Amino acid sequence: MSVLQKLMETVVQFMPDKAPDPLIHKHGYLGTPVSRVDGQRKVKGEARFTAEFEIENLAYAVPVCSTIAKGRIISIDAYDAERSPGVIAIVTAENAPKMKRPPLMDVRHMDKGFAASDLAVLQDDKISWDGQPVAVVVAETLEQAEHAASLVRVEYDEKAARVSFEDLKAEATVPSAVMGEDPELEIGNAQKAFAAAAFKVDNLYRTPHYNHNAIEPHAAIAAWDEDGRLTVFDSTQFVNGCKHALAGMFGLDGDDVRVIAPFVGGGFGGKAALWNHTALCAAAAKVANRPVKMALSREDVFRLIGGRTPSEQRVALGADKEGKFAAIIHTGVTATTTHAKFPEQFSLTPRHLYASRTMSVGQKVVNLDTVANTWMRAPGESIGTFALESAIDELAYAMKIDPVELRRLNEPERDPTKGTEFSSRHLVEAYRRGAEKFGWSGRPAEPCSQRDGKWLIGQGVATAYYPVFRFPAAVRLRIAADGSALVQAAANEMGMGTATVQIQHAADRLGLPLEMVSFRYGDSDLPDSPIIAGGSSQTGSIAAAVQVAVEKAHRELVKLAGNGSPLAGANVEIEARDGGLFLSGEGNKGETYASILKRAGRDFIEVEETSGMPFEVMKYSMASYGAQFCKARVNRESGEVRISRWLGSFDCGRILNPKTAVSQLRGGIVMGIGMALAEETLLDTRRGRIMNPSLAEYHVPVHLDVPHIEIIYNDIPDEHTPLGAHGVGEIGITGAAAAIANAIFHATGKRIRDLPITLGKLL
Amino acid sequence: MKSFAYARAADLETAVQLLSKTPNAKLLGGGTNLVDLMRENIEQPDALVDVTGLPLDRIQERPDGGLVIGATVRNTAVAVHPVVRDRYPLLAQAIVFGASGQIRNMATVAGNLMQRTRCLYFYDHAARCNKRAPGAGCDAIGGFNRMHAILGASDSCIATHPSDMCVALAALNAKVKVVGPNGERTIAFEDFHRLPEDTPHIETDLQPGELITGIEIPPLGFARRSLYRKIRDRASYAFALVSVAAALEVDNGKVRNIRLALGGVAHKPWRATEAERVLAGANAGPESFRQAAEAELAPARGLAHNDFKIELAKRTIVGVLGELAGG
Ligand SMILES: Cc1cc2nc3c(=O)[nH]c(=O)nc-3n(C[C@H](O)[C@H](O)[C@H](O)COP(=O)(O)OP(=O)(O)OC[C@H]3O[C@@H](n4cnc5c(N)ncnc54)[C@H](O)[C@@H]3O)c2cc1C
Ligand code: SF4
Repeated sequence: MSVLQKLMETVVQFMPDKAPDPLIHKHGYLGTPVSRVDGQRKVKGEARFTAEFEIENLAYAVPVCSTIAKGRIISIDAYDAERSPGVIAIVTAENAPKMKRPPLMDVRHMDKGFAASDLAVLQDDKISWDGQPVAVVVAETLEQAEHAASLVRVEYDEKAARVSFEDLKAEATVPSAVMGEDPELEIGNAQKAFAAAAFKVDNLYRTPHYNHNAIEPHAAIAAWDEDGRLTVFDSTQFVNGCKHALAGMFGLDGDDVRVIAPFVGGGFGGKAALWNHTALCAAAAKVANRPVKMALSREDVFRLIGGRTPSEQRVALGADKEGKFAAIIHTGVTATTTHAKFPEQFSLTPRHLYASRTMSVGQKVVNLDTVANTWMRAPGESIGTFALESAIDELAYAMKIDPVELRRLNEPERDPTKGTEFSSRHLVEAYRRGAEKFGWSGRPAEPCSQRDGKWLIGQGVATAYYPVFRFPAAVRLRIAADGSALVQAAANEMGMGTATVQIQHAADRLGLPLEMVSFRYGDSDLPDSPIIAGGSSQTGSIAAAVQVAVEKAHRELVKLAGNGSPLAGANVEIEARDGGLFLSGEGNKGETYASILKRAGRDFIEVEETSGMPFEVMKYSMASYGAQFCKARVNRESGEVRISRWLGSFDCGRILNPKTAVSQLRGGIVMGIGMALAEETLLDTRRGRIMNPSLAEYHVPVHLDVPHIEIIYNDIPDEHTPLGAHGVGEIGITGAAAAIANAIFHATGKRIRDLPITLGKLL
Repeated sequence: MKSFAYARAADLETAVQLLSKTPNAKLLGGGTNLVDLMRENIEQPDALVDVTGLPLDRIQERPDGGLVIGATVRNTAVAVHPVVRDRYPLLAQAIVFGASGQIRNMATVAGNLMQRTRCLYFYDHAARCNKRAPGAGCDAIGGFNRMHAILGASDSCIATHPSDMCVALAALNAKVKVVGPNGERTIAFEDFHRLPEDTPHIETDLQPGELITGIEIPPLGFARRSLYRKIRDRASYAFALVSVAAALEVDNGKVRNIRLALGGVAHKPWRATEAERVLAGANAGPESFRQAAEAELAPARGLAHNDFKIELAKRTIVGVLGELAGG
C-alpha cells in the first residue's frame, strides 16, 4: 500500500460522517417488491440485446482463433477463404488498423476504463494463448463468415507453453498488490501461535478454472461515421469503461466513441472489462468500411473471454481451549497471465471475518500462457470462503463444537486487520435467524448419522461475505412540466433490476408515483462517470448520485417557484411528496413540480450531479454478510450428490426491493452449487487448450440440481451507505461451496477439499 | 458449416437411391446430432437426404407381443407409448433420462442409434483423433478421459457410445432392420455397433447405401420388471458416466431370467453376457450380484480420469439388481 493511501486512510478516520439519509427510514416504494420495469418486454421478446439491433448494410464477422498457446504465426493462407462466397474482408495483422494497448484495471483510475488483457491482438505475429484471434473474417452473412473462417489455414512456429497450474504453482511469486492492498499481512507471530494452539487444522484446498457462461454470449456491433466517430453496441457491464478503453486503443477522443448497451444477458464479471472481440469488431468495420457485427459463439466465448483462475489455498487455523482463534493462516497461489495481471484476491477474505490473536495471510501468483483470467462473481471471496469456511468446519469437528457457535465465539468487535469500526455488521443475528428457520439445532452433531435408504444426509453451514464498494457516479435528472421525472445515468442493466430500483428510489425521493418516473441508462452519451455493474456497487453508486441530483433540483425548483410560492422563505423543512414540494407538517402548503414549472414558463428543469468520493468505505469496515445453510443427500452407492434444501440468511443492509434482491441472492447460490458440484473448465495442459467449450460439456446446474432456495434477511439499514443498502449481487455465491462441502462431510464423513465435488470423489 | 444439397425422400426406394447415388450423402433424421457436427465441421456431407417424410413413423405391436418401432419415430413417442411403458419400462426410462425434452421431441430412433461419440477430442479440430482422421492418433488417451471407455477400448480409440436408449435395446435383444441397394436385412443389436479396434471410424455394421428402417423388439415377459439407472455429473441433461439396464426374474430366491447391459463404458452399448452367465440360476442376493459385476468388469481398464467408473459400474449393477430383486 502506498504512503499516500495509508495517509488517506488515517485522515478519513477523522472526517465527520455524512448526515444519514432521511429516506433510509421512510416507508415508500423502496423496500417493496416492485416487479421489474423491463420484465414484460423481456418476456414478450421485445427487449433488444446487443446482437439483435438491426443496422442497415450490416456485415458479419467471425474470429479465427489460434490453436497453439505460445509461439509465432509463420503464415496465414487465406486464399480459399477470400474466394469463398460472400466474403468482404479478411483482417489479419497485415491489414488491421493500428491499435494501442489498452490499460488494465486500476481501482484509482476506473474512469479511464480498462481491458481484461492489455494485448491489442492482430498487431503482430505473437501468440500468447490458445484461442487468441489471429484473423477476422467479414462476410455478407454469418454462415458465410463462419464457413470462410474454417478455410483459413494458419502455420505456426510453436514454442513450449506454460499452462499447467499444477506444475508451475511452485514458481509463483508475490504480486506487487492485490486489489490495491498489500499482498501479504502479518499480525503477531501466527506460526508460533499456531504451533502452540490447543486445537488446529491445516489443509490445502483447490479450486479449478471456471467460466461465467452468461446466457447471452458476448456480442458487438461497430459502425464508423464519415467523421471518424465510432458507435458500438456492446454487451458490456460498463459502457463508459468500454468507451474510454476503445477510444484509447484507436487514438480517439472519449467523445468520439459511443457505446450503447440497453440490455445485457448476464455478465457475472465476464463483461466488465473490454475484451478483444469488441476492438476487433471496430477494426473489422474499419477495414470493411461497413457496420460489422461480431456475435461470439459459445465456443468463441470460452476461447476469447477468460474466467476464474484456479487456486490452491492453505488454511491453517489454531484455537485455544475456549474456542478463540489463536492463529489464522491463509495463503496460497492463483494464476494469471502476463497480459492480465490479475491475482484473484482470495486472501482479502480472511482479513475481515474473524477475530484472531495472530494472522498470516498472503497470496502468490503464477503467470500462465492462457486467456486472461478475469472477475467472476465475487472474485476472491467465492474461492476464499470455500477454503476458509471449510477449514472452520473442520476445526469445529476437531473441537467437537457446533460450527455456528465456533463462528459466534470469534465474531470480532472491530475489523480484525484494519481496526476500523464496522458500519453495520449483524452476522451473528443472521446466523441466529437462519439457524432457527433452518432447524439447525435439530441436527445431530456426529457425521454419518442420518440416512434415507441409499441416501446419506447431512447439513452444512458457512459464512457468506462480500465487501462494499462505491464509485463516484454522475447522473442527469430532468423534471418536466407534466410532473414526470427522468433519471439518466450511464448505468448497466444485466437483468439485476437496476432500472427498477433506481425508479423506486427516485420516485420516493421526488414524491412521485412510480409511473411518473423513468430511467435511461446503457448509453455512454449519458454523463461520464465510472458506474460499473461490478463489485456489487452499482445500485449504491447511482443512488448516491441520484440523491445529490434530486437535492440540487429541489433547490432550483424552490428558486424557480419564486416569492409568490408558499415555499418562499419557509422556515420549516420542505419535503417532496404528492408530486411536488410541500412544507413539512403543513398539509397542502406547497406546490407541485408541474405547477412550479408552468408558472415559470418552463418545459422542464435539468440538473447534473456527481456523488463524492467513497470516504465512508475507507472510514468503516463495510461488507455484506450471510449464513448459508444447506442439506445434502449423498448416494452411498454412486456418490451422487443432491442438494435438497437451502436457506440463505443475509445481512446486506436495507433490502431495497425484496423481489430483485432475492433473485440476485438465489442466482448467486445457484452459481455456488455449480461451483461446488459440477463446473470446471477443462484445460488440456499438454497444449493449453480448453476442451469443453460448450454448455453440453461445461456443466452448470440444471433445474433438477437446484432445490427451492429460501432467502431471509435482517433488513437492518446501514446509516453510512446510500439508502442504507449493501450490495447483493455477488454475496450469494460466497460460502455456498463451503456449505455444500461441509454438508457432504456431515453426511458421509468424507472431507473433499478439491472442487468440483464430482461423484467419483465420494465413492 | 459447408454448403450442402438437401432432398426429402418420400419413399424408401427413392431414399436408398438418393443415398447410394449422391456422392458423400448423409441421412438426416431429427438433426440433433448431425447438424451439430456439421456446424462444428466434423461432418461435412455434400448432400442430406431427409428421412423424416418416410413412412417409418409408426410403432406396431406384433402378434407375439413384441414391437416394431419405425426408424423415424421420435424418441419422445417411444417413451410415452403405453405398450413400451407397460412391457419394456427400462426402454421408456432410458429414453427419458437422455438429453432434454426438446431434443427428444426431435430425435429419431435411427438417429439415436447412429449418434456419434461425445469425446471432447473428436469434437475439436485442433486435436488428433483416429475416428475423425484415421491414423492421426488419439489425444483422449493422455487427455481428459472421464467420459471414456473402461471396456473393449483399443490403443486407437477409447471413446464411448453415448446413447441411453441403445443400452435398453441391447438388454432387450432388439434387432435392427435395414434396407439398402441389395435389399433388406436384419442385424442383431449386439452386432450393430462395433468395438473400435484399429478402425474406430467404422462404428456400425451399416453398409454404404443402407438405411435403418426400424427396430424389432422381441417379446420378453419378465421385462415388465426392469430398470434403467443412469449415473451422471448432474441431475439431468448430461451423458452417462455409467448406466445399467436390467430385467430380472427371480423364482424361489434364484435368478430365473436376467438381462443386463451397461452404458457409458464402451464403444458400444455393452451387453453384460459374462454377468448374465454368472447369475443364471444363482442366488438372487447381493453376493452373487457382486460376483457377477466383478466377473463382467474383470477385463476393465481404467485411465487417469475414468478409473472410478470400474467400481461405479459394479456398484450400480449390484444396486439395480438388488432393487429388482426387491431387496
Ligand atoms: C445437448 C445434447 C445432450 C444429449 N444428451 C443425450 C443423453 O443424455 N443421452 C442420449 O442417449 N442422447 C443424448 N443426446 C443425443 C441425442 O439422443 C441424439 O442427438 C439423437 O438421438 C439423434 O437423433 P436424430 O434423429 O436427431 O439424428 P440426426 O442428428 O438426424 O442423425 C444422427 C445420425 O444418424 C444418421 N441417421 C439418421 N437417420 C438414419 C436412418 N434412418 N438410417 C441410418 N442412419 C440414419 C444420420 O445420418 C446421422 O449420422 C444429446 C444430444 C444433445 C445435443
Ligand atoms: S477416443 Fe476415439 S474419438 Fe476420442 S480422440 Fe481418441 S480416437 Fe478420437
